[in-house]
Amino acid sequence: MAAVYMSANRPENAFSTVDLVPEWAQEEVSTGTTIMAVEFDGGVVIGADSRTTTGAYIANRVTDKLTPIHDRIFCCRSGSAADTQAVADIVTYQLGFHSIELDEPPLVQTAANLFKQTCYRYREELMAGIIVAGWDKRRGGQVYTVPMGGMIVRQPVSVGGSGSSYIYGFMDSNYKPGMTKEECLHFCTQALALAMERDGSSGGVARLAAITEEGLERRVVLGNQLPKFSNA
Amino acid sequence: MERNLIDSQIKGVSTGTTILAVTFNGGVIIGSDSRASIGGYYVSSKTINKLIQVHDRIFCCIAGSLADAQAVTKAAKFQISFHSIQMESPPLVKAAASVLKELCYNNKEELQAGFITAGWDRKKGPQVYTVALGGMLLSQPFTIGGSGSTYIYGYADAKYKPDMSKEECLQFATNALALAMGRDNVSGGVAHLVVITEEGVEHIVIPGDKLPKFHDE
Repeated sequence: MAAVYMSANRPENAFSTVDLVPEWAQEEVSTGTTIMAVEFDGGVVIGADSRTTTGAYIANRVTDKLTPIHDRIFCCRSGSAADTQAVADIVTYQLGFHSIELDEPPLVQTAANLFKQTCYRYREELMAGIIVAGWDKRRGGQVYTVPMGGMIVRQPVSVGGSGSSYIYGFMDSNYKPGMTKEECLHFCTQALALAMERDGSSGGVARLAAITEEGLERRVVLGNQLPKFSNA
Repeated sequence: MERNLIDSQIKGVSTGTTILAVTFNGGVIIGSDSRASIGGYYVSSKTINKLIQVHDRIFCCIAGSLADAQAVTKAAKFQISFHSIQMESPPLVKAAASVLKELCYNNKEELQAGFITAGWDRKKGPQVYTVALGGMLLSQPFTIGGSGSTYIYGYADAKYKPDMSKEECLQFATNALALAMGRDNVSGGVAHLVVITEEGVEHIVIPGDKLPKFHDE
């Protein structure tokens, strides 16, 4: 897709790579993003926006950043799209193998620690911020955050990605322990909408998923259906 | 670590900060935290007042380099008093904001400070103006600024309503400051709030332990 420019006007730059490839194709593909996950009694709700950017160009406006790792375990990806896809593939394989050996569904904590191991070992090379969330029989709904650098911590509610900075205040003030699944979905939708309004790297549609013992329920809230918070 | 030292030796003390101003029915509330820091790892003052009174019913709050902000507000205070004496009437809030804007725009290369101006005047009532880093002037019903403001954009967008009562507005401003101070390591200390109405000016100080607490504290 590289266009070749004849730079007759600037002979000193005749063969500079800057001219051969448009600017947006030189930037790395990044999921500058907003992701979040909330625990409730009986499961978790996860959510993400749908924008993937290369510089100022939106490479994919309907991205699915909620990636299944196992039947009841998902991860929300932020950072470099390539890095997070690669790490998620590695962990999916490792977890699948472990689950077969164990002959039972894996723990969310196991999945999260597998993410941590990879993210920490390759911390210098990777740019990946991941939230792991799911349901298992031992501890119910759990959310673990594995930010850049490779730390792991369990939190009842976690936000990540570039858009998350703008909604820390909203999250701190609006989250209450003991919410129902519907309340969590509503909370996530509002938080994502607020972040998508303010963060240039987040936008598109809001993708949500609720993971419980019964199974998985996915929802999409289109751009024009997102809650509006109007002020000047 | 070395990078931070050099940065702050060149830039000096900075108010990594949270500031805001909100109009309500009949007045305006302007608020800030009280922390001044060097490089983000040393708190040089826990109780600095960032709300500067530039005239009877006009206040401004500062974000950025403390030295720059103090110099600019001192010059602005003088110019506004002089203007007010010449005009023989209290200055318009817009005039005060314009004075700050002129100073910021004309010295944009050297300065690194942003301002929020809020006040009450007879012509337009309660108003809030932002003067951004490069010298842009913008009028808004409410505005937030400083490093801590990034964390409360979502909260402010969700919770602000036009024409609030004074109590609702106080609650909104206090909550917003508390949330920002809870997440931003260079904002903290006490919350300073000033309520400006036609009747007068009321200064409220909320110490750190009396600020609202949220679910994980």
